[in-house]
Amino acid sequence: MELFTNQVLAGIATGAIYACMALAVVMIYQAIDHLNFAQGEMAMFSTFISWQLMQWGVSYWAAFIITLAFSFVAGIAIERILFKPLAKAPVLTNVAGFIALFAIINSSAGLIWDFTIKQYPTPFGSAPFLGSQLISTHQAGMIGVTVLLLLGLYFFFQYTRIGLAMRAAASVPESARLVGINTSWMIALGWGMATAIGSIAGMLIAPVVFLEPNMMGGVLIYGFAAAVLGGLSSPFGAVVGGFLVGVFENLAGTYIPGVGNELKLPIALALIISVLVVKPAGLFGRHIVKRV
Amino acid sequence: MSAAEEVVAEGHEAVEAVPKRAMTLGTGTSLLVLAALLIVPVFVKNFIIFQMTMLLIYGLAVLALNILTGGSGQFSLGQSAFYAVGAYTSAVLMEHANINYALTIPISAAVCFAFGYLFGKPALRLSGVYLALATFALATAMPQLLKLNFLEHWTGGVQGLVVTKPDAPFGLPMSQDMWLYYFTLVVTVAIYIFSVNLLRSRSGRAFMAIRDNEIAASSMGVNVALYKTLAFGVSAGITGVAGSLGAIAVQFVAPDSYTITLAISLFLGMVVGGVGWLPGSFVGAAFIIFVPNMAESISKGLSGAVFGVLLFLVIYLVPHGARQAAILGQQLAGKLRKN
Repeated sequence: MELFTNQVLAGIATGAIYACMALAVVMIYQAIDHLNFAQGEMAMFSTFISWQLMQWGVSYWAAFIITLAFSFVAGIAIERILFKPLAKAPVLTNVAGFIALFAIINSSAGLIWDFTIKQYPTPFGSAPFLGSQLISTHQAGMIGVTVLLLLGLYFFFQYTRIGLAMRAAASVPESARLVGINTSWMIALGWGMATAIGSIAGMLIAPVVFLEPNMMGGVLIYGFAAAVLGGLSSPFGAVVGGFLVGVFENLAGTYIPGVGNELKLPIALALIISVLVVKPAGLFGRHIVKRV
Repeated sequence: MSAAEEVVAEGHEAVEAVPKRAMTLGTGTSLLVLAALLIVPVFVKNFIIFQMTMLLIYGLAVLALNILTGGSGQFSLGQSAFYAVGAYTSAVLMEHANINYALTIPISAAVCFAFGYLFGKPALRLSGVYLALATFALATAMPQLLKLNFLEHWTGGVQGLVVTKPDAPFGLPMSQDMWLYYFTLVVTVAIYIFSVNLLRSRSGRAFMAIRDNEIAASSMGVNVALYKTLAFGVSAGITGVAGSLGAIAVQFVAPDSYTITLAISLFLGMVVGGVGWLPGSFVGAAFIIFVPNMAESISKGLSGAVFGVLLFLVIYLVPHGARQAAILGQQLAGKLRKN
C-alpha cells in the first residue's frame, strides 16, 4: 500500500508537468482549431530566453515577466507572419507548417545555446514538501501554478467579452464575423496566449527535466495525450488528463512486469486509446454533433 | 457552452474533396515518365540508382498514406509501424527461413494488410485528432516492441538484422543496385496501376464518399465500417511492401530506423505531393529524400532550420502540393497551344 501511495504521489508530481503542457495545447486548440506540433519547441525557446536573461543578471521574477511578454508578442508575430497566409490552405498543409516551425525553432535553439544540458533555477526551492520525499516544494508550486492558470483561463473564457469572442471565432468563424468579431485577430491573440502559457509551462518544467533544445520532446507527447484524454474542448479536462497520465505512467512502470522505462510511453498511450475507444470525445470533451 | 458551438457546419472537412479524375495522370504523361524511369539508370552511377530505388520505395509508402488520407479521409501518423512490420517480415523470412526475397514481398503485403485491417477496427471509433493520436501511439510503440527480449531471437533486438542483397537472376549483366532498381520499378508500377484502378472502382468511390461525408455515405448504403478498415488494410499492405523493398535495398533492419520521424516524413511527402493526387506521392518522396540532404549541404549546424524554411516556401507557393503545380502547368500549356 505504501508503494502504491508513493507511486500515485510521484505520478501526480510528474502529472503536473503534463497538465501544464496539456493546458497550453488545449488553449491553442480552442483558439485555432488545430493541434500545434511546434508548441513544445516554442515553450523551450521561451525558457531559453528566460535562462539567458538570468545569465545576464536579471532576477528570476523579472526574467519570468519579460519572457511572458516576449512569448505573447512572439506568438502573435508567428501567427501574423507565418500562419496567416496559410489560413485558406488545407488543414494538413497547416500541420506541415507546424512541423516546419518545429524544425526551425529546434535547430536555431541548438545553434544559439548548443545541446549541452543546463541547470534551471526554481523559485519554490526543492526541499521536500510537507515532509514527503516524493513531492518537492517545486512540484507542489508547479501544481499550484497550474491550478491558478486554469482558474484564470476559466474566468477569462467564461466571463469576459474577449474570451467569449475568442471562443466564437474558433468554433463558428462565419457567424462570429457576422456579429462583428475580428476573427483574424482573435486567432492571433489565441496564439499569443497559448505561447505565453507554454512559456510558463516551460519555465516550470525546466528545473525538473533540465534545459536543452530537445527537452520538450517527451513532455509534449504526454501533454498531447493528456489533452486528448481529457477532451480537447475542455481546459479542465486537460489538467485532469495530465494528472491521470502521470499516475497511469508511474503505476504501469511499477506494477506491470517487464515494463522498463522504454515501454512506459506505449503503455500509457495504449491505456489512453482504450479510454478513447469507450469515450471518443475524451473524458470531459463535448460530443460534436455533425450536420449532414 | 452555446448550442451553436456544438454543430460543425457543412463543408468543414479535414481533407478536401478531390474529384477522382483529378487523382491521376493522363496516359501519355504516365508513359513518358515510365520511359524516363526505365532509361535513366543505364546512364548514371550506382549511388544515384540506389537513390532512385529509395525514391520509388518512399513513393510507394507515401502513395499508401495518400490512399488512406486522400482517398478515405482518415489520417495516420502510424505508417512507420506498418513499414517496420513489412521490413521485418521480409528480413526475418529471408534470413531465418531462407525464403527468396521476391516471395517475401507478397507475404509481407498479406501480413501488413491483416495488421492494418485489425488496427483499423478499434480505430473506427476515432477520427481526426483522436485517430492521429492512436496511430501516433502505434508508431512510438513499434520500435520498443521490436526490441522486446522474447522476440530477440527473430528480430535481433537492438542490433537488428543484416539482409543479403540479391544478385541479378538469369546471369543478367547488371549490378545488384540496378537489378534491385528494376525489380522495385516493376513492383511500383504494378501497385500504382492497382491503386489507380482501386480508386476508380466501387470501393474507391465508397472511400471518397466516406471522406466527403460519412453520414451521407452511410445513408446511401455504403458500409462505412467495412470500407474504413479496408482502407487501413490496403494502405498498410502497400506500406508493408515498401518496407520490404526498403529492407532489401538498405540491407539492414533495426528498430530505430522506423521511428515516428519516418511517419512524419511520409506525412510531409504526402502534403508536398498533394493530398489525394497519386502521382504526387513520388514528387513528395523526392522532397523528403533530397531536401534534407540539400539543407545539410547549405548549413550543417542549421540544417533543421533550412529544411523548415524550404518546407515553408513550398507550402506558401503551392499550398495544395505538387497537384497544384501540375494543374497550373496544364493551364499554361493549354494557353500556349491556343496562341
